[in-house]
Amino acid sequence: MRRRQRSAWIAGTLLAIGLACLPLLLQIGLGRSWVRIADLALLYTLLALGLNIVVGYAGLLDLGYIAFYAVGAYVYALLDSPQFGLHWPLWAVLPLGAASAALFGVLLGAPTLRLRGDYLAIVTLGFGEIIRIFLNNLNAPVNITNGPQGISLIDPLHFGTISLAAPHRLAGLTLSPPLQYYYLFLACVLVVVFIALRLQDSRIGRAWAAIREDELAAAASGIPVRNVKLLAFAMGATFGGLAGGLFAGFQGFISPESFNLMESVMVLCMIVLGGMGHVPGVILGAVLLTVLPEALRMLGDWQLNHLGRVVADPDDLRMLLFGLALIAMMLFRPAGMLPSPRHRREWRKDARP
Amino acid sequence: MTAAMRWPVPLLLCALALSGCGQPASNGKTVIKIGSASPLTGPQAHLGKDNENGAQLAVDEINAAGLTIGGKPCQLQLLAEDDQADPKTATTVAQQLADDGVAGVVGHLNSGATIPAAKVYSDAGIPQISPSSTATAYTRLGFRTAFRVMSNDAQQGGVLGQYAVQTLGARRIAIIDDRTAYGQGLADEFARAAGAAGAQIVAREYTTDHATDFLAILTSIKAQDPQLVFFGGMDPQAGPLARQMRQIGLNAQLLGGDGMQTEQFIRLAGNAATGAIASTPGLPLATMPGGRQFESRFTARFGPVQNYAPYAYDAVYVLVDAMKRAGSADPARYLAQLPSTDYQGVTGRIRFDAHGDLSSGNITLYKVEGGHWVPLQTLHSHS
Amino acid sequence: MDILVQQLINGLVLGSVYALIALGYTMVYGILELINFAHGEITMIGAMIAVATIGALSGGALPIPVILFTGLVAAMAGCMALGYVIERIAYRPLRHAPRLAPLITAIGVSIVLQNIAMLIWGRQYIAFPPVLPQGWHTLLGARITDLQVAILVTALVLMLVLDLLVHRTRLGRAMRATAQSIPLAGLMGINGNRIISITFLIGSALAAISGFMVSAYYGLAHYYMGFLLGLKAFSAAVLGGIGNIRGAMLGGLLLGIIESLGAGYIGTLTHGVIGSNYQDVFAFFVLITVLILRPSGLLGAPATDRA
Repeated sequence: MRRRQRSAWIAGTLLAIGLACLPLLLQIGLGRSWVRIADLALLYTLLALGLNIVVGYAGLLDLGYIAFYAVGAYVYALLDSPQFGLHWPLWAVLPLGAASAALFGVLLGAPTLRLRGDYLAIVTLGFGEIIRIFLNNLNAPVNITNGPQGISLIDPLHFGTISLAAPHRLAGLTLSPPLQYYYLFLACVLVVVFIALRLQDSRIGRAWAAIREDELAAAASGIPVRNVKLLAFAMGATFGGLAGGLFAGFQGFISPESFNLMESVMVLCMIVLGGMGHVPGVILGAVLLTVLPEALRMLGDWQLNHLGRVVADPDDLRMLLFGLALIAMMLFRPAGMLPSPRHRREWRKDARP
Repeated sequence: MTAAMRWPVPLLLCALALSGCGQPASNGKTVIKIGSASPLTGPQAHLGKDNENGAQLAVDEINAAGLTIGGKPCQLQLLAEDDQADPKTATTVAQQLADDGVAGVVGHLNSGATIPAAKVYSDAGIPQISPSSTATAYTRLGFRTAFRVMSNDAQQGGVLGQYAVQTLGARRIAIIDDRTAYGQGLADEFARAAGAAGAQIVAREYTTDHATDFLAILTSIKAQDPQLVFFGGMDPQAGPLARQMRQIGLNAQLLGGDGMQTEQFIRLAGNAATGAIASTPGLPLATMPGGRQFESRFTARFGPVQNYAPYAYDAVYVLVDAMKRAGSADPARYLAQLPSTDYQGVTGRIRFDAHGDLSSGNITLYKVEGGHWVPLQTLHSHS
Repeated sequence: MDILVQQLINGLVLGSVYALIALGYTMVYGILELINFAHGEITMIGAMIAVATIGALSGGALPIPVILFTGLVAAMAGCMALGYVIERIAYRPLRHAPRLAPLITAIGVSIVLQNIAMLIWGRQYIAFPPVLPQGWHTLLGARITDLQVAILVTALVLMLVLDLLVHRTRLGRAMRATAQSIPLAGLMGINGNRIISITFLIGSALAAISGFMVSAYYGLAHYYMGFLLGLKAFSAAVLGGIGNIRGAMLGGLLLGIIESLGAGYIGTLTHGVIGSNYQDVFAFFVLITVLILRPSGLLGAPATDRA
């Protein structure tokens, strides 16, 4: 026992050093643009971890998850941009964005809890579209969201007067903006991973698993199904809202087209491919699917440089590959690339009579 | 590109940043890097490649003619990146170009990519000239580095609004837009100009960029009996829209912007296209001051011009013109010269206003006659 | 007054197309309790095949009705084969897997079909060849075109035939029995797998016909057109009571009319505060409201929850 604990400590320390050095290596080896890609990968990890609570833990298929990301992003953008001339501090805006997203999560969850899995999927999809349509049209009669033009000049993430969009010197090292974003996002991801892991093993986590496996049986054994489901929606939405706020500050410009249905499907793909309900799997899925388009872009560059034209357009192939991967995963490895032991049992083909 | 190949580049960049000038090429000339960013894959790849080709042609011609800046012989090098017309990828690509030490950027193609990337270039102090983004917001962000050599939506919508009232004589106007940044921006500017010119906006309806059924909104527009219907959006919607106007017997003039002035519109609208009028910023290639020569040189190398190549071509010349006047290719030095640009390019005379927009842009109107777009007249916009 | 009649005609034609597609959703759901997300995409493939076939044949020596009929048959054959294959490959192996599995597969199939269509036919919108009659009639002060009449009549005839098939034939009885319980139907000598395949074939054939209609009506086809159509049709099926054939027909027609009147009148009713920019919200709003207030839909029997 003691030995296992020690090796866990060593592994953890190595992991921490690795994660801390990774962006520096990326910056030196591949350029700062890859640090930005790492930043995006961390944001998607946050999103995927949030959706994982709803889909992976509680078994509620949510196809409108990106709406919570949008709510978080717009809360940040409205309170920290020239749109209303507001420049609120980060410590107020990020929690407010996450809380607003949680509120929307409950608003969506409350009336739809009685619905079965597949109905729920369609209703959440509709909900996601409704949010996007409202964001796209709330520029008249009163201009709130600036409509399809989106909101630009959003303040970068900042602590007091320290803006992460400007380079800083720390202990003789110059930290470029993408590096600073990386460490902030990494900290958020670690917190969320911690919460997700603790939730999984908690009373609530076990209640979610029970609902996922058999709702009737769960209700019969005294689990307050309604509240526990609502909590899943709220928790998932909170993480989505947090990621949205970070995204708005990172990107500096948001518009409703960034929050379309395809993004929801992407995040779903991440957790399905990685392993539903299993935190390491979800992280793997998020990182893989963020880096993959980038790798495919290089494939396009390679074709241009070596063949003179794009023979197989990676953009054409990307979604096709994702679709095929979704089908193949469900048919041959339904629990994902890195499945959790419990899901592996559950998703065995003959699990249901 | 493999990691192994990229290792020395940052070191070179550091040297470059320290010395404040380009690295020497093998032939003793100083290399000046120019970035080109546009979608090279995906649905707009043909337009993105067109922009890159336009810039490449300019770079090659300048190099062939010999370039001297501040008394030193220099050589241009074009770095082309694929932004996939995606806002997130655009910022990544912008960062990459900034890291690669480009002196200026020609790009991006779409406003949705140009705007978020503009922040990265502004932070890095690198001048950016978009050859094709028309969203008004791009030059209103307060970035000193943002310029464009194409009329913006406000200029186009304004010209169209005046034209609808003053030339076409429309008094009662209905407006439809597709709720995209482009369509809504154009329609709002059109409404403002048409209203200012004395027309009455009798209906304001909306659709989406995936819609095919416009009968409901057209029927309620018909109840208002307008003389002209303005559509802010793209050809896949404009085509069926024209058909459905005819189907319900709405006999008003259809007017639109450059999103509608395409061959696809005529294909989709069928014989309902006849009589439709739409505008496009700039001049028809044949009537550009240097259009014919440009076209023959471009076609010989890359095949037919798709759309915006002449603007990308001019953008490179505008950057180099400012470098020559500043006597330096250092962005920090030559950026100050860009606002005072007065350059006679292939697309016309290029001067910038306080925002970095063209101070006078051309807008050409076309009408569908006999199954083809026929140029009607060219109007001038002023900022 | 003619404006209201015109909006009702617009809505009825749109609704009859929704209804035909909704039938495909409802039949599959009735038997398998599976939302066949890919059904909208099958409609799209039908439209694509029809437009491509008619485009290839038009200009030749064949008379126009023959060309149209060939296009329709090609679309139906293509879609039926596709529907059959999808069921065999993507859904049948997962019949006993957890609920989420076939749903995710269905999303995957949908994405794959879209992208295959894009690779085959390109990203451009394809125009429907101009071979259709363009005449119109006046009805109570509004216009109705020959094409609209043809769509309405065809849709009504098809719905009638399907209703008779399900309620009056041996095959229909077998389908209803399978919908009750596949194993129990099996005990009665009904081959469940065969019935499920037949259901997919019929649904896909209807999707092909609707795809043909949509592309002829709007004059175009596009690889992305199936998604929104499918979503609307699914909403219609839920509105009427999913699993219920007559409900799908009612739901389709109602949704078409709601959308048409909504987009046409909402601006006037709210004095421009809410305009036609919210028209896509109506379908979702109706869907959510119905699911919350009456989860079994207008005509559906209260479903027993086997979650």
